[in-house]
Amino acid sequence: MGMEILVSTAKFLIVMTVILVSVIILVYLERRISAFIQNRTGPNRVGPYGLFQAIADVVKLLLKEDIVPKNAYKPVHDLAPIISIGAALSTFAVIPVGNTIELFGTTMKLMIADVNIGILYILSVTSIGVYGITLAGWSSNNKYSLLGGLRSSAQLISYELSMGLSIIGVLMISGTLRLDQIVQHQTMYIGGWLPNWNIFLQPVAFITFVVAAFAETNRLPFDLPEAEPELVGGYHTEYTGLKFGLFFLAEYANMITAAAVITTLFLGGWHLPYAENLGLSAFTLSLLQVLAFCAKVTVILLFFIVTRWTLPRFRYDQLMDIGWKVMLPLAIANVLVTGLILVL
Amino acid sequence: MVLYNLAFYFFSLITLASASVVVFSKNIVHSAFALLFTFFGVAGLYVLMMADFLAITQILIYIGGIMVLILFGVMLTNRTIDVQIRTGSIQTFPAMLIVAALAGTLVGIFWSTDWKISPTAIGFEKTAPEIGKMLLTNYLLPFEIASIVLLVALIGAAMIARREKKA
Repeated sequence: MGMEILVSTAKFLIVMTVILVSVIILVYLERRISAFIQNRTGPNRVGPYGLFQAIADVVKLLLKEDIVPKNAYKPVHDLAPIISIGAALSTFAVIPVGNTIELFGTTMKLMIADVNIGILYILSVTSIGVYGITLAGWSSNNKYSLLGGLRSSAQLISYELSMGLSIIGVLMISGTLRLDQIVQHQTMYIGGWLPNWNIFLQPVAFITFVVAAFAETNRLPFDLPEAEPELVGGYHTEYTGLKFGLFFLAEYANMITAAAVITTLFLGGWHLPYAENLGLSAFTLSLLQVLAFCAKVTVILLFFIVTRWTLPRFRYDQLMDIGWKVMLPLAIANVLVTGLILVL
Repeated sequence: MVLYNLAFYFFSLITLASASVVVFSKNIVHSAFALLFTFFGVAGLYVLMMADFLAITQILIYIGGIMVLILFGVMLTNRTIDVQIRTGSIQTFPAMLIVAALAGTLVGIFWSTDWKISPTAIGFEKTAPEIGKMLLTNYLLPFEIASIVLLVALIGAAMIARREKKA
């Protein structure tokens, strides 16, 4: 029992560190890539190639004064960023970053918590994340913040539906709610050469899920909750210093989580095609698989960033139209077709 | 086992305390917030009864979906209208009748159910498939009726909200 707690704590600390460091790298990448796309240079003064710019930003956020508006509802105003970051980080508990690994004579799974209903856990934690934004918008007592919060909760609830429905197709194929078994199921090959990844079996579900993930993470083209030209800043207008930093962190942590979920569900998780036939030792293979997982997540993150700087923002009615009239029917049709094929 | 009991009392305390705030608080915003913790507490109790699927569904639907809407309804109306909405007691007699009927039903269910009072040996294995099978075989009719009731409520809400004003 004591050993288990120790191992879980160690895994937790490692995952947290990796996520927080990746957020810093991600912010730097985002600024450099956006600069590249807009034909600018981007941050290049702090450290070599501006690599330490993100660290400087973090220090700045930490040292800034924390201002709470006079008419804000203080307990909720303080609570909102904590909910946001908590929900963003705790999703990672059930994501398998690799297969089992042998360390110090024991075999352990490379995930923090192996729960029966992992996928539902992810959905429910994501749905709790809505509260961070909603409560932030309301408690600031600012009409722009409130509008931002209102928009975002409507958006998140609408797209949660198509997100949940697009997962159902994957679940029907794998027949389990356990994430590590969903990944195991994808390590087979179709016809002996094509990896049995769900992106090949469920292309429609993949598209609807990725679109929903963009909406859930409030990324362009779905970043209406923080549309600067219309809403000043959005739900976090009245936040400064560390609390603003937490929202910022939560947004990027959410991106990483979303990319990890997409990888797990559709891109074979830690599966590195054909690597198991190379005759490597079990330990090397496990390490390679973790690296494969990280590589897949990185590719999706880059896709997120490039999309943000390529597409303009949707209008609110277009957002709702796409969510309810395109994504939802597509996801339902996908479930129907998958069911038909499975029965036949 | 001590840990289990502690957890049980912890979640029960959360549920009961927040539920009493929901009922007795005069400020409707506080009531709405307290309801959030009630749902959390109940979800925790479900986990202790090894009903992990039920617990997650509770969080997903009630906390993640319904409570967001309730909170927004309460927050928006509470601020935009100058009149402070306060909870008070009206229609005491009909309410008492309904409450008595509801309480009677609940107590009846309470006595007739075969409660599992300790964690079962089966553990967390396979609750979701069993629930799914039950819903599509033994309990198909109640399941469908429940969804029709929800559909009716949805249509009713849309009717009230989008009623055309006669000039």
